Amino acid sequence: MKVNILKFITAGSVDDGKSTLIGRLLFDSKAVSHDILHTLERQSKNKPDGELDLSLLTDGLRAEREQGITIDVAYKYFNTPRRKFIIADAPGHVQYTRNMVTGASNADLAIILIDARHGVVEQTHRHSLVASLVGIPHIVAAVNKMDLVDYDEEVFYRIAADYQKLAQKLGLQEITFIPMSALAGDNVVTLSEKMPWYTGKTLLEHLETVELSETNEEVAPRFQVQYVIRPRTEELHDYRGYAGALRSGNFRKGDRVVVLPAGIESTIKAIEVNQQEVEEAFAPQPVVLHLADDIDISRGDTIVRLDSAQPAVTQDLDLDVCWMSERPLYPGDRLLVRHNSATVKAIVKEIYHRVDVHTFEQQEAEQLKLNDIATIRLRTAKPLVFDSYKQNRSTGGLILVNDNTFDTVGAGMLHEVPVTETLQQDFAI
Amino acid sequence: MGIESQNHELTGTLYVLSPLTSHLSPLTSLTTHYSLYMSKNFDYLDHLEAQAIHILREVAGQFERPALLFSGGKDSITLVKLAEKAFRPGKFPFPLVHIDTGHNFPEVLEYRDRLAAQLGERLIVRKVEDTIRRQGLKDGSGKFPSRNALQTNTLLETIEEFEFDACIGGARRDEEKARAKERIFSIRDEFGAWDPKRQRPELWDIYNGSIRKGENVRVFPISNWTELDVWNYIRREKIELPNIYFSHARDCVVTPGGQLIAITEHIRLDPEDITANREVRFRTVGDATCTAAVESPATTVEDIIQEIIETKISERGATRLDDRLSEAAMEDRKKNGYF
Repeated sequence: MKVNILKFITAGSVDDGKSTLIGRLLFDSKAVSHDILHTLERQSKNKPDGELDLSLLTDGLRAEREQGITIDVAYKYFNTPRRKFIIADAPGHVQYTRNMVTGASNADLAIILIDARHGVVEQTHRHSLVASLVGIPHIVAAVNKMDLVDYDEEVFYRIAADYQKLAQKLGLQEITFIPMSALAGDNVVTLSEKMPWYTGKTLLEHLETVELSETNEEVAPRFQVQYVIRPRTEELHDYRGYAGALRSGNFRKGDRVVVLPAGIESTIKAIEVNQQEVEEAFAPQPVVLHLADDIDISRGDTIVRLDSAQPAVTQDLDLDVCWMSERPLYPGDRLLVRHNSATVKAIVKEIYHRVDVHTFEQQEAEQLKLNDIATIRLRTAKPLVFDSYKQNRSTGGLILVNDNTFDTVGAGMLHEVPVTETLQQDFAI
Repeated sequence: MGIESQNHELTGTLYVLSPLTSHLSPLTSLTTHYSLYMSKNFDYLDHLEAQAIHILREVAGQFERPALLFSGGKDSITLVKLAEKAFRPGKFPFPLVHIDTGHNFPEVLEYRDRLAAQLGERLIVRKVEDTIRRQGLKDGSGKFPSRNALQTNTLLETIEEFEFDACIGGARRDEEKARAKERIFSIRDEFGAWDPKRQRPELWDIYNGSIRKGENVRVFPISNWTELDVWNYIRREKIELPNIYFSHARDCVVTPGGQLIAITEHIRLDPEDITANREVRFRTVGDATCTAAVESPATTVEDIIQEIIETKISERGATRLDDRLSEAAMEDRKKNGYF
């Protein structure tokens, strides 16, 4: 049977039982190694009931937090016969937005923890906004600590209805509600006997079976050059291969393509995967492409199929950003933009507005501070080739880099280019 | 509104909600592409491989003088395989660099030289012994003199000598808690130090390798692989390994803690030592003086995979620890000293 990978994040604070939930998943799926288990048993002995304290499995994180060390995302792994799981675990303190955006950028699914006693709270708004912003395909609203509300189904449905309203506001689509107690193990790995009214799957079963649109192939075919392979040996004198990953869609030998931003057309002469020629390749396969014509192509250039929807090619970018630096961002600031394998200089033209992460209200802003979410306009030194983030997660995201320290200071999700601007550009050409 | 009618409302919501607990029906799914069959067979090892190749090519594209740190262990051998997939038929855009502790198993050195020759790639070897002499350092001493810590000095010297701006290593996040938090592109200052506070957020598959003068980057392309993933990949790709990974008879010192240390010229044998000839294999290939062997009958990659899987099963409900296995885990941790 084919085993694939599900990457997910857990959003919630220690108080929501996040550590216990992760501990429960790791423990019940036997991902805990001997030495850690030993420590766990020893430490849990001090507890009156002698039960294992599963939150200790993520204790390393807590200890560091107490020492005041900034940590953002820790990765944990476990697997079942059906799937390999990668958990991006971001600690849920105040400075959470930046960390969650980081973890969420690669996630297929987000578990949003809601304490059954408190229901949908401010923090739930923030977590859901980030999930919506970063476009996580699947959401699990995990109503935890059901044991503390007597496993009452009304409590669960009331919270689920509240959350549904919130999700509608944000346009979150696929939400699965699960009542659970991570501490007691209800509905995490085994179905709860205490909640017979719940007829859905356990969390683990859901994680194992949720359908992934895993290869990103239903979106338009895009390829970006990472590295040019030129052996320059006697027998391979004319070999010139463009190495990179197919970012989305698929390519076939003989496809008519256009190289952007230059706009030069050509034909795919050959595709190599794993040092062998193939007829067809699909995202996210790493490939080497060969074109029929001798064109000057270098790292960062994009190749798209001519018969597909064409990407935007522009220097004026509107984008949602999450600002990740202690140093604020002001209009007029200069930055570097890394858009996959392309790097360009950019200047901040305008901050349209920032979004209140709790009320979702748009507010005017003269600067962006750490953890702010906002919509801005950038002007780049060279045109970028992209799709809107909503259409294509693998060509619509970029990072902002400080041009002096080279630290990563922001995450950007590109908007569609307004039709009026596309027209203007066409006239300009 | 009374409680009664509220209840009705809630029941109403129930029906709206229940379809949400199941996932998208095939009708709404968009995957009706002709390459569907092919892509559906793209499994987790393909995903891990694709990510690693992507990272290696980013290194080639972003840095001027990268290097691949090669220890002769299974993780760095896997990296070499991935580099072939990323850059052939071209040459590797980096040399292989071995930081030689001088406490090697001869089988590993033989394997190293043979592999480099087969690949036709450049191999740079720098010896800890030379660093000790040059810098007047104190060599490891005692019964099992370790040069694990001293390796770092040689590595830094080598980085300086060749002005490497990126060093690719085979460390994995499942090895240790601290590693679980390290980035795939990990920025180091002039002293090779890792500053957790200055870690760059890593978003999507965009890797920021921009550095200032004097800084360098450690790159870990197989960060998201587990030990089992590596072995499954070795099986799938039929990768040859140094034979000390497989079961063989070996003379060992049995330490009071029950560890098995191979008898080599690098350790000190005392009259009171208990020695034994055992069927052993090594889980990691490190400094011969402090890399313990584990007793195992596993002679093939298949056997080893089975052993790893069974180890997990035996953990189920275990109340007592199996000493031998916990030692193996400790060895895994020691190995991290390298990076």
